[in-house]
Amino acid sequence: MNKTWLIIQREYLTRVRNKTFLLSTFLTPLVFVIIIAAVILITVKSVNEEKIAVGDKDGVLKEYLKSSKSTSFDFIANADTALLSKDYAAVLLAPGNGVNKGDQFEIYSRKNLGVMTEESIRRQVNDAVQTRLVTQMGNISKEAYDSIKKAARATDLNTKVVGEGSEVTSGNSGVAYGVGYATSFLIYITLFLYGSMVMRGVMEEKTNRIAEVVVSSVKPTQLMLGKIIGIGAVGVTQFLLWIILIMLMSTAVGAIVPPEVMEQVNAANRGMPGAAMTTQTNDAVMMLAKTSSTLGTVNWPLIIGCFLFYFTFGYLFYAALFAAVGSAVNEDPQDAQSLMFPITLPIILAIVIMINAITQPESSLATWSSMIPFFSPIVMMARIPFGVPGTVPWWQLGVSMALLVAGFFFTTWLSAKIYRTGILMYGKKVTLKEMWKWAFKKV
Amino acid sequence: MEILRVEHLVKQFATQRAVDDISFSIQQGSIFGLLGPNGAGKTTLIRMITGIFYPDAGDIWLNGHRFDPINDVIKIGYMPEERGLYKKMKIGEQATYLAQLKGMRKPEAMAAAKAWFVRLGMESWWGKKVEDLSKGMSQKLQFVTTVMHEPKLIILDEPFSGLDPVNANLIKDEIYRLAKEGATIIFSTHRMEQVEEICDQIILVNKGQKILDGTVADVKQQFKEFLFSIELNDTEGLSSVDGLFDLLQSKEKKVVVRLHDGVSNNQVLQYLMANDRQIQSFHEILPSLNDIFIKLVEGTPTARQFLQGAV
Repeated sequence: MNKTWLIIQREYLTRVRNKTFLLSTFLTPLVFVIIIAAVILITVKSVNEEKIAVGDKDGVLKEYLKSSKSTSFDFIANADTALLSKDYAAVLLAPGNGVNKGDQFEIYSRKNLGVMTEESIRRQVNDAVQTRLVTQMGNISKEAYDSIKKAARATDLNTKVVGEGSEVTSGNSGVAYGVGYATSFLIYITLFLYGSMVMRGVMEEKTNRIAEVVVSSVKPTQLMLGKIIGIGAVGVTQFLLWIILIMLMSTAVGAIVPPEVMEQVNAANRGMPGAAMTTQTNDAVMMLAKTSSTLGTVNWPLIIGCFLFYFTFGYLFYAALFAAVGSAVNEDPQDAQSLMFPITLPIILAIVIMINAITQPESSLATWSSMIPFFSPIVMMARIPFGVPGTVPWWQLGVSMALLVAGFFFTTWLSAKIYRTGILMYGKKVTLKEMWKWAFKKV
Repeated sequence: MEILRVEHLVKQFATQRAVDDISFSIQQGSIFGLLGPNGAGKTTLIRMITGIFYPDAGDIWLNGHRFDPINDVIKIGYMPEERGLYKKMKIGEQATYLAQLKGMRKPEAMAAAKAWFVRLGMESWWGKKVEDLSKGMSQKLQFVTTVMHEPKLIILDEPFSGLDPVNANLIKDEIYRLAKEGATIIFSTHRMEQVEEICDQIILVNKGQKILDGTVADVKQQFKEFLFSIELNDTEGLSSVDGLFDLLQSKEKKVVVRLHDGVSNNQVLQYLMANDRQIQSFHEILPSLNDIFIKLVEGTPTARQFLQGAV
């Protein structure tokens, strides 16, 4: 055990000290945050400061169409397309104004308007027309109608789930969907990323011929486990650093983003629709606000606990197999490709099942595949956020975990046998059939 | 005192018996040659002695106790034929790490590594990476990592392959020194001529079986062909003598003769003196280990391979 610890230390330290590790660990979240910041800035900035001339001699919009920060409407008598050369981004003509001879609203511009701008103008015009029609036909004041709309918008559908007994919890299928998707994809990426890192490490030891020196000091199984655990620890370190860095940088971005943008976001959060935003961004922020309130209803300790469990054992389950493949490969990385196929296939299959399971977390496909160790780390992780013991009964979770742990012992045992033969075998190209033989012969 | 005893060791692989009932024993402090052509089973035999493989049958005794792969690895230093080091690791760290794997504590391992680096003039390499070393330098490092935990039994598989004469001599001197200090050295090679000068005792294996065992001198005596090289002031007219010797070769003032059965050296000398020949030198030609090996496996494909190698 002491020697395994030494190997774990070496595997961990050589990787963590490596420049590539440092670079990828610190640059990835930076790139991530920069992209998000850029998207926010572009969305907010691009809809700003569009001046639009409105030709509306019949007054169908006049009282109802209001300028916002992103679009300002100037009502101009006898407006026509000639105004385009006068600092206006677009000219909106009600039917019967200027060149508009039809019975629809028309908008003219020199170049195509942005999708966002066009959509926002359409909504505002629709809104204005609706307000005019309702207030005129229904004979109610504009203020009264505004408050009706506000009240309607504020009305929400609260979903409740009735558990065993009379316990009622808030429903959160949207959040469950998001959390399930994110966690199972994270596990999928980890399996590939660190699994192939294990494989490359084993190949390196074999092609460098260091393996024989080391196995004359320690058991091959110790060398293999040391490598798997060491690289697993590197993975955990990298993830923790990413989480911390992303949190730090999001805070930093918050400080950098112009205050008026934050104000808009805050305004929307307080539920003042249309105050300063286009309706669309508004909806997105509303959803975000709703999400953040329902996030509290998710059983976080359970999800995090399960995530750590499936992350750890899923990695261990597959890393042993990757190590076995690495030990069978000679110099040629092409051989690795073909031998890796039987391992990558179930991982990819698992993600395909997951995409189906997340929409129907109680289907028999989802239930059964979430108990098979080859798929369970990914598929079960997609089901758990929908609720334990609601969607996933305790017994299913228990069986799935027990089978995964048993599977990990099995793959490690199997791989150790392949590994101890493979790592000292040079020269000839190894087939899957031979690897299978190594696994079951006596040593 | 016996440090290693191997009894009826057998290792069977899928298609062949790599080691087929081999027994031998090694005295402490001796330099032992494990000889045989490529594929004779030397590496498999060594892998069993180092605990990498389990024998299918037979016993290994180390220092009078049954060999225990887990606890005895610290007593053994093994340099495989296929050399290997971590390319990206710093040399000092690497030596320390490998010694720790053998069971040394970190401070001791550091001290031992430093002492060896100084001895072999490598101290300035400590912070370098293996990938920056020349081949000869990494061979030296490999040797250091094999012996730095002061093993009682050192196993070197083809230790001189790839070494230039200067470094080969340096390593050879270290091997002698270690043996003098009480370590036992097993020296595995298919280059028979290297062994003659270094080894006290040898075994010869072929196709997984031991075909010869003994000290180099004994083996040579056992296979001698009573050939003598004689230097005379004048070889004019000298020819084979019935009942005494056959003249095999005559070159200027040197002749090679084979003594007939039962003829003593003195009888030949007396004959030469009686014929008034001035003897400048008289010595026996003993067969080389390579010759002996060829003789032992005569007629087999292995022998032909070695005959070609000798030419």
